[in-house]
Amino acid sequence: MSRAEDRQARASTRNGWLLSVPALLLLLFAASGPLVIVIVYSFLTPGQYGNVVWGFSPDGWIGVLFTRDIFDDTLGLADAHLTIFWRSVKLSLETTVLTFLAGFPTAWFIATRPPKARALWLFLITIPFWTNLLIRTFAINEVLRSEGLMNTVLMKLGLISAPIQVMYTDTAVLIGMAYVYLPLMVLPLFAAIDRFDMKLLEAGYDLYASRWQVLRHVILPIVKPGIVAGSILVFVPSLGAYVTPRVLGGGKNMMIGNFIELQFTQGRNWPLGAALSLLLLIVVMVALLVYVRAANKGSNPHG
Amino acid sequence: MSQTNAIEARHTIKAFGQGDSAHRALDDVSITIRKGEFFTLLGPSGCGKTTLLRLIAGFEMPTAGDILIDGAEVTDLPPNKRPVNTVFQSYALFPHLTVAENVGFALKMLGRPKAEVAEVTARMLALVKLEHLAGRKTAQLSGGQQQRVALARALAPHPKVLLLDEPLSALDLKLRKEMQVELKRLQMETGITFVFVTHDQEEALTMSDRIGVMSAGKLQQVGSPREIYTRPVNRFVASFIGETNFLPAKPVAGGVKLGCGAVVEAEGEGHTLTVRPEQLRLVAANEPGAIAATVENLVYFGTDTHLNLRLSDGEALVARVQSPPTGDAGFAMGQAVGVTFLPGAARLIRD
Repeated sequence: MSRAEDRQARASTRNGWLLSVPALLLLLFAASGPLVIVIVYSFLTPGQYGNVVWGFSPDGWIGVLFTRDIFDDTLGLADAHLTIFWRSVKLSLETTVLTFLAGFPTAWFIATRPPKARALWLFLITIPFWTNLLIRTFAINEVLRSEGLMNTVLMKLGLISAPIQVMYTDTAVLIGMAYVYLPLMVLPLFAAIDRFDMKLLEAGYDLYASRWQVLRHVILPIVKPGIVAGSILVFVPSLGAYVTPRVLGGGKNMMIGNFIELQFTQGRNWPLGAALSLLLLIVVMVALLVYVRAANKGSNPHG
Repeated sequence: MSQTNAIEARHTIKAFGQGDSAHRALDDVSITIRKGEFFTLLGPSGCGKTTLLRLIAGFEMPTAGDILIDGAEVTDLPPNKRPVNTVFQSYALFPHLTVAENVGFALKMLGRPKAEVAEVTARMLALVKLEHLAGRKTAQLSGGQQQRVALARALAPHPKVLLLDEPLSALDLKLRKEMQVELKRLQMETGITFVFVTHDQEEALTMSDRIGVMSAGKLQQVGSPREIYTRPVNRFVASFIGETNFLPAKPVAGGVKLGCGAVVEAEGEGHTLTVRPEQLRLVAANEPGAIAATVENLVYFGTDTHLNLRLSDGEALVARVQSPPTGDAGFAMGQAVGVTFLPGAARLIRD
């Protein structure tokens, strides 16, 4: 490389950095700044009417798993908290599996349409994004509630004699979240299937694989990056979901998101809320690391 | 008892599309491919040769007709239930598997024990000389190596018939020549029936035991390379394989009469006389029995020289003469020459 070229390359690198300064500043203040505040708050003492009092206290973090007995001040495991954590993880995993089971055939269907029809189907898939989440969730409410669409139709058909109580159960939350997050699964799956060489299906059948074996040994391993991406995109927001469990789960079927909100409102325990938020962040990060590692295992022996 | 055939297609029709727009890719094709032979389906693109191959493999179902493999009716069987394997034009290797896993795929799907899969895989890799690449991903291989993996993968389950869909078309000329020899060797060593699809007449002539020439969804002629070249049954076969001169001819006593008035001897029946350019002899213009012609153009090809001749009735004729050591064939443009046919070279065909 000549000196002039070298200088030019360095100048273009410098320009690149200069151009990204606004974005970097925004990231620094908008992402790292609040995070630091949350970390600091989680180690402070709760104030009388919410807010925090300056003064170190580990109680916020202790409160994540334990409750202090009001009479003798001993620590006991907080069963209610564990139930909420468990419900959050379970519902998020179930949502991920459900969106995959519904999303894979959908993505396959779209990817195998002629190009023009494909654009239309993708357009239809993205339409729900244009509507407010709250409104979509109330729409699901309208379908599921006792006098709602589902029960009315089933009763008119004579399939059931009394309405099925779905609203305010975990099932309602699951249905709602699966509906809300389905496009996030379909789009990465579509991208992966779109790149899939359909000739490989013929090769699979030709080499004595049954339909099931072709799915298991040819299609799924090859579109795995899409499955991984879709699962992450669905699992992460599911774990932190707030609106859907609030509207469809009622007050009692809380998930972590609602529990955190509670600490900042009626609970008046901001340090606990901050600690719970950080716990959620850590759980998501660890889960992602484990998942991505497991998913990449074997597919890239040199990497 | 007569020996069963490797492949038998009876009155096979394959139509694509519906109603008036339906297009017959295969129009009533009946063909018999013998056990252990290297059979080539030859024809221009769109002639139906790949469709016929896909019907044998089971990727397409015939609109009408039957297909038998090794004497057994397979018309309604899916590809994974047919004892045939395919080498695809694009190879279609599994990108997520190693070379060895690709080769062992079929046996694994058939549920064979691991030891057997490993043993056959090793044997197949040795057969195509790729032992050293067993652990590689297929994307890391060159075109020629991918081709060999595709061959080993299709041969591993020891199919009754190996189907090859223009497998050499993506390779460059030198590699293609190598693979032609390689394919022939593999076919001899394994004894498996090969059905090879190509549009390259030279490939077909050099490799095949028998050739089926196809055009417009119909099988035009089946025969050994020599039969196809020396005794084409119609104008399509004669012109598609090698170069040929066509002259209108009228049967008369003692031979056929050409447009220019000359009477020559010819085998066969019909109103068109065919003669290969290399079967013509150029003699002095006034030699008795020779057809009078004028040299219009000379094209030097190295090993031989092509002469574009014009007969007295305006018909064109191409002659090919071997180039002498000096390179100068000894003809000039505008020169008057006499043309004779080698004995048995002229054949009559129906159009």
